[in-house]
Amino acid sequence: MSTKEALFDYVIRQADNCLILGQRLGEWCGHGPVLEQDIAMTNIALDLIGQSRSLYQYAADVEGKGKTEDDLAYLRDVWQFKNLLLVEQPNQDFAYTIARQFYFDNFNFLFYQALTESADEQLKAIAQKSLKEVRYHVKWSSDWILRLGDGTDESHERINRAITDLWSYTGEFFNNNEVDNAMIDAKIGTDLTGLKPKWEQKIGSILEEATLEVPAGEWMQSGGKEGKHSEHLGYILADLQFLQRAYPGAKW
Amino acid sequence: MVVVNDNLWTLLEEVKDPEIPVLSVIDLGVVRDIKVDNNKIEVVITPTYSGCPAMNTIESDIRELLENEGFQNIHITTVLSPAWTTDWLTEIGKQKLEKYGIAPPREKSSDKKGLMGEHPLVICPQCKSENTELVSQFGSTACKAHYKCKDCLEPFDYFKCL
Ligand SMILES: [Zn+2]
Repeated sequence: MSTKEALFDYVIRQADNCLILGQRLGEWCGHGPVLEQDIAMTNIALDLIGQSRSLYQYAADVEGKGKTEDDLAYLRDVWQFKNLLLVEQPNQDFAYTIARQFYFDNFNFLFYQALTESADEQLKAIAQKSLKEVRYHVKWSSDWILRLGDGTDESHERINRAITDLWSYTGEFFNNNEVDNAMIDAKIGTDLTGLKPKWEQKIGSILEEATLEVPAGEWMQSGGKEGKHSEHLGYILADLQFLQRAYPGAKW
Repeated sequence: MVVVNDNLWTLLEEVKDPEIPVLSVIDLGVVRDIKVDNNKIEVVITPTYSGCPAMNTIESDIRELLENEGFQNIHITTVLSPAWTTDWLTEIGKQKLEKYGIAPPREKSSDKKGLMGEHPLVICPQCKSENTELVSQFGSTACKAHYKCKDCLEPFDYFKCL
């Protein structure tokens, strides 16, 4: 794998993370538990989709085949998506959505923070910009972990179930694959294993404050970064890509 | 083409943020540079938030204005670095915001108190009371948080620090 191919894959992975999670959060539009939180979720979705656009544009430039951000978002199939399995998991109830967001935001923050030191100028610029937005996401999902965990018996039970059920999707955050190794060598990417202790410390302290325990499971899912996805991604893409598939080249 | 650079900055004051029409793209700090070279003009812009849906409109409004001024070779470039910050809002911009009913950002972005969970002192744009409360960090657009005044009881937007 050349550095260019690895860079393309690396940028695409993060773009896919942002797009798919943005799409999931967008499903809440008009269905939020209260208006303010409906707006919060769609605002976060908008930030993430905005970040994915910058990343897709850059990936298209790196690839150099004359594609656009839209080609990459709308015309790739499931196996070409490299997002983490966590972000494609269904919204289920509000507690699951919060648990998924909490795990991802805290990882995303550390990942972008590391990329602000990247030797790749464009990736560094995207990371610096995105990091400011992700600070607000971390704050929001962490506040909700506290409210639900340290809330009523029912909210405690439901958030506890959600953080436990989604736990096995967090191991994938910290596995370096071939692409990561190439990016670490090129000083473009970061050693993901190095982010793990910081992430564990951060989520551990918030869960404790929320009267919740860090889930104990050790078996972890993986495969998203290699294009092996859960059944859910196909349905997300069917929804997301329908227009461009049915009416190729359709424009506003 | 006799327009000199200073005039171009004044000219671009005519382009407003479509979501907050009292603010021009100059007040917002979205226009980073204007370069004129013979018949070519380049305007460098930067988005406030990554997902700001106003950017496309801003770009086409700048283009239309420059076309009407007789420019033909118009380039609009988007840059991400350095990342936009609320520190770039001009003083005049902040006054316009407050008059419009949106509380302007209170802190410098270098002062991360707001981001770290401590709420800044936000003054109600209606009655100027300091007795206000955060309803949600996310408001009607990406750049605003939602507040409530505990004296006049009016809800209002706060242009949050970034
Ligand atoms: Zn008031």
